[in-house]
Amino acid sequence: MTAYIMRRLLQLIPVLLGMTLITFSIVHLIPGNPAQTILGETATQESIETLEENMGLNEPYIVQYGIYITDLLQGDLGTSLRTKTDITDEIWPHIAATFELTFFAMIFAIFIGVNAGIISAWKQNSWFDFLAMMFALVGVSMPVFWLALMEQWVFAQELGWLPAYGRENSRDPIAPITHFYVLDSLIHLDFPRALTVLKHLILPSIALGTIPMAIIARMTRSSMLEVMQSDYIRTVRAKGSGQFLVIYKHALKNATIPVLTVIGLQTGVLLGGAILTETIFSWPGIGRYVFEAINYRDYPVIQSGILVIAFLFVMINLIVDILYTYIDPRIKY
Amino acid sequence: MKWKYSFLVTLMLAFVLFLAACSGDGGADTSSTEDEGSETENEEGASEGSEGDTESDEDQVLVFARGGDSTSLDFASNSDGEASRVTKNIFDSLLDYERDSFEVVPGLAHDWEVSDDGLNYTFFLEEGVTFHDGTEFNAEAVKVNFERWADPEHEYAFTDEGFAYPLYGTMFGGFKGDEGHIIEEINVVGDYEIEFVLKEPQGSFLQNMAMHYFAITSPAALEEYGPDIVENPVGTGPFQFVSWTKDDQIVLEKFEDYRKDGLPKLDQVIYEVIPENSARLIALRSGEVDIIDDVNPDDAAGIESEEGLELHVRGENNVGFLGMNNEKAPLDDKLVRQAISYAVDSESIVEALYAGYATPAVNLIPPNYLGYNDELDPYGYDTDRAQELLAEAGLEDGFEIDLWVMPVSRPYMPDPETVAEIVQSNLAEVGITANIVREEWAPYLEKTSQGEQELFLLGWSGSNGDPDYFFGSLLHGDSIGGENRSFYQNEEVDALIDEAAQTIDQDERAELYKQAQEIIYEDVPVVNMVHSTPLVAAKSEVKNFIAHPSTSDPLEEVEIEN
Repeated sequence: MTAYIMRRLLQLIPVLLGMTLITFSIVHLIPGNPAQTILGETATQESIETLEENMGLNEPYIVQYGIYITDLLQGDLGTSLRTKTDITDEIWPHIAATFELTFFAMIFAIFIGVNAGIISAWKQNSWFDFLAMMFALVGVSMPVFWLALMEQWVFAQELGWLPAYGRENSRDPIAPITHFYVLDSLIHLDFPRALTVLKHLILPSIALGTIPMAIIARMTRSSMLEVMQSDYIRTVRAKGSGQFLVIYKHALKNATIPVLTVIGLQTGVLLGGAILTETIFSWPGIGRYVFEAINYRDYPVIQSGILVIAFLFVMINLIVDILYTYIDPRIKY
Repeated sequence: MKWKYSFLVTLMLAFVLFLAACSGDGGADTSSTEDEGSETENEEGASEGSEGDTESDEDQVLVFARGGDSTSLDFASNSDGEASRVTKNIFDSLLDYERDSFEVVPGLAHDWEVSDDGLNYTFFLEEGVTFHDGTEFNAEAVKVNFERWADPEHEYAFTDEGFAYPLYGTMFGGFKGDEGHIIEEINVVGDYEIEFVLKEPQGSFLQNMAMHYFAITSPAALEEYGPDIVENPVGTGPFQFVSWTKDDQIVLEKFEDYRKDGLPKLDQVIYEVIPENSARLIALRSGEVDIIDDVNPDDAAGIESEEGLELHVRGENNVGFLGMNNEKAPLDDKLVRQAISYAVDSESIVEALYAGYATPAVNLIPPNYLGYNDELDPYGYDTDRAQELLAEAGLEDGFEIDLWVMPVSRPYMPDPETVAEIVQSNLAEVGITANIVREEWAPYLEKTSQGEQELFLLGWSGSNGDPDYFFGSLLHGDSIGGENRSFYQNEEVDALIDEAAQTIDQDERAELYKQAQEIIYEDVPVVNMVHSTPLVAAKSEVKNFIAHPSTSDPLEEVEIEN
């Protein structure tokens, strides 16, 4: 097992290097000069030239790439052209924000999605199955921004139950330690604050978790249906086990493998692609960080941001692969 | 079978409980934050009052929500409005602007003298002013700051780290060693007296000195933080920097030793980033923030009639125009340009896109600017006249032309795409077929500088409230290839602009600009469409807030009424 993990981690190096080359090429192929974009319409010719020179954009691409890779190998993600600060310092709070949101969104998606899928399979063709699968279909096709805006309108503006934006009460900012605000509040032993932070997580988590929830529900249902028809379930039933035990102890475990794959992929997608939710709920996450950078042609941030997202994606898939072996001991690496 | 149903019921109950818990801890939390007096949730008018009371015993905290984060808190090394909005309240310049206009008033300098030839400016500085780090403000500090911007070799210029000071170059004609650089030298006359010697007179010099891009940073902080000064601003202003969470919030707190007694009135100012327009308004309505910027004009009517909210309108400080490449046929013909000017219905654009919160433009500069010529009649919307002029130019059968539309929303034109569609249909009425061309923002700016376009939408925002910043950049022959994207060149106009730029007497300058506008009015190098008046909304409890035309609002006198 350890050897397998090591091998996978080693495989990561060429993958990530390839990623840097691709992103580097793409960001330099898209039209738009960062100096011009940063300075806007009031820029003079001289100011653009000065800025280009200072930002090192006059060097040949191959030299720029060489510098980037050298720094990267030393653990330096580079400096943002726009803000002139180290990306290494800037990126962590954004990653933490996205992680926290993804975590709660996936908890919501898994809890509801898996249970709805199980009940649907168990009560196949019942009214519950029909309703749940209809909701799942609506959930998959729901535009995230619409759902998010509706949530804000109903729960923040009309009912006033939940905050409309952000990670915490902006009038009383937290002193961050890990930048996971729930965790930070608990470290500070500040439970009211932890509640506030959780309250801020509810609306964006639901907005972000709805699509994965729907996908998980559908996947669980079909996977469960398949397993429920297999021989060993008949045997278990014949032994006189109750329905609950049959489903949650015997059937669920085998039905989990494809569901787990979906969960892994969806988590990866959320980590990198939550821009809409992050924008509408003013969530300072990695998606918005990279999005802003693209607007400004902030090459180092785009490159490093995508690199980090790719790294997270690969790591999550690795974790999923390892989890397989615990769920199904027949799987060996 | 019975058992199965009971399980189903239990599971659904659990689900309902889960949902209830969600809203439940919402309720619990509201009360706990009320105790802290920090969060106001105005569910009903009745509870609002009592919450206001709890806040009165506590600190005065103002939350200001805006659409984007600052790029840097070193104001001079970028020209970003979101940066200077914040740094305006951390730093002071030698001079300052009136709270609602660009009229120059004293800042760190309480007095100044100008020599008769306009080449020597002496500033007399406030004594006993300290920076937030406790070091003393004096003439030496002023010199260090200006030399840092002017000289790329300066120890605090941080050129190697990618720092550049574009606005300094624009306003003072370049950098140390450049031919056009107008600041010859800076002499420290005494601890609190400093002299600027210019190479040639500059009509807008005092106007420039009041810009917050030329505010004074503590030299000790430049030494201590080096390039990290972008995240560690230290000035003499009413508020000092506390913390910055990128893309989220910037926290400032009251500076106890501020040079003006009794100010600032707020204890804390928090700048929040809320990118979505509608989310920003919801946050204001739910009481999570106190002021929001960039209000969508369509929401303005609702806000005005809503109890507890107040709408603030910024003065005009920009122009949105339909540019024309004066070198390309048929736009090289004055008659055609005049015809287009008659054909475009600016009034209906103002109504349709700005909900009336904009002024149809007659001249290039906004109406409150020095030298605004109010004797000129607007061209107005007159399709008959337009067709007459086209016939006169020999183009009665119309023609086809490209209309470039910018891909981003700007303060002077929040929705360029729709403006383009209106212009397109306006032109169609007089027989001109406009084909819309789209480009990415940076290439758009580059290509229009090089003259690849025919018709194009663009605009300009003022930064120092001076007409030279509009005329010199947009219509002077020397700016062709740069900001003069209409490629307009008229020697008479150039001479007038040059003379006005070097004249110290402001009345004389006004006269010169008026003359230039008369010629420009005839030539129609661009169709001036609108001066927008951006909107700010605030809770009614926020008192003494005045929206500044520059978008950098001073907050020292703002307070929250209880």
